[in-house]
Amino acid sequence: MKVTIRVNGVEHTREVEPRLLLSDFLRHEIGLTGTHVGCEHGVCGACTILWDGAPARSCLAFAVQAEGHEIRTVEGLAPAPGKLNPLQQAFQDAHGLQCGYCTPGILMTMTAFLEDNPKPDEAQVREALSGNLCRCTGYQHIVDAVLLASQA
Amino acid sequence: MKPAPFAWHAPEDVAEALALKASHGEAARFLAGGQSLVPAMNFRVAQPAVLVDLNRVSALDSLNFDAAGGLRIGAMCRYRRIERDAEVARHLPLLVEALAEVAHPQIRTRGTLAGNLSHADPASEMPAVMLALEARFLLRRQGGERLVAARDFFLGPLATALAEDEMLAEIHIPALPPGSGTAFLEVARRRGDYAMMGVAAVLRRGPDGRCVAARLALCSAGPTPILADRAAANLVGTRLTGEDFAAAAALVVTEIDPMGSVQASPAYQRHLAGVLVPRALALAAERAA
Repeated sequence: MKVTIRVNGVEHTREVEPRLLLSDFLRHEIGLTGTHVGCEHGVCGACTILWDGAPARSCLAFAVQAEGHEIRTVEGLAPAPGKLNPLQQAFQDAHGLQCGYCTPGILMTMTAFLEDNPKPDEAQVREALSGNLCRCTGYQHIVDAVLLASQA
Repeated sequence: MKPAPFAWHAPEDVAEALALKASHGEAARFLAGGQSLVPAMNFRVAQPAVLVDLNRVSALDSLNFDAAGGLRIGAMCRYRRIERDAEVARHLPLLVEALAEVAHPQIRTRGTLAGNLSHADPASEMPAVMLALEARFLLRRQGGERLVAARDFFLGPLATALAEDEMLAEIHIPALPPGSGTAFLEVARRRGDYAMMGVAAVLRRGPDGRCVAARLALCSAGPTPILADRAAANLVGTRLTGEDFAAAAALVVTEIDPMGSVQASPAYQRHLAGVLVPRALALAAERAA
């Protein structure tokens, strides 16, 4: 069936099966491969996107359900090609990533979190991070990066 | 790791949704937040031929207090809305306290209470909380509806009183009388995981400080959420001291029937209940002061 989905402010119309996951629509239909797919059952957080501004798992929604909603992915964060936004820059400065697989999901989770809590303490950051798995960093540098971004 | 094909219907009103469910019967599943059903479909543990998607039924996205101060939560009301509602936090703090333990913020963005209850995972927090709060569920089908008490709703793991053509359309939670105090505590391996044991406690003190009403409900404690009726009855009339809580814990351990998992043996789950029950009761008693 035909679906039109607004992603990072741009409308994309495609013919899809109802069973197509939003994560696969983003990656395979419109080529936004910044959204990563890890577990496909809502546990790892790699596919986290913003759904009408709130963080959600794109692997636990069907693309057809996203019509009429505003979807934001990691590609929508940078202000211009080759530039990083303050949160992305903080991840680079604080070494908040190693392999980078989990990073897009964490950036989206933390984008929404910092909008709600512009000046969080460490415990709040750790709580907000609990729904995203990272197997490289031990999380400390991610926490540092989010706190650094909040001080910007 | 991709769902099997299905026919997708996205009705915009309740009547159409109920008609679709009635005509497709067992082959159809209602889709609410999808945070339990979609993972099951991704694993192909669930392969419904038809999905009746409720996400466009705006009338079901309701959250309001009735004239008696009770809370009514519609089938499409998402956790995120409930946990951010200041009135809910003021009148039913137990709900908000337990919601913080339900998965992660990203899951609560889309997940719904009614969907969770219809899924009826005995390890889930919300079914136990509904028992502790004496919730009733409005089940609707084409041409009829009925109210079912939470304690009559959960029949077994993933099994409920819902008939094939029924929808859990609204959750009714009565107001807590003055003098009430509540608490929810759980132990999980990791933040956001299902609990290995969880306890919801509701206590009410009379004017003399003695306990006049008590309810204890536990998750991950058996094939359904468990109401520890004997332990709760035993608390009534006491002064809610540490000894009373220890006595309640000793009774609770005999009332639960934990099934064990890769993470915790039934014996360890009983141990956790013995530790968590007095703590939850002490917290609830303090809040009822």
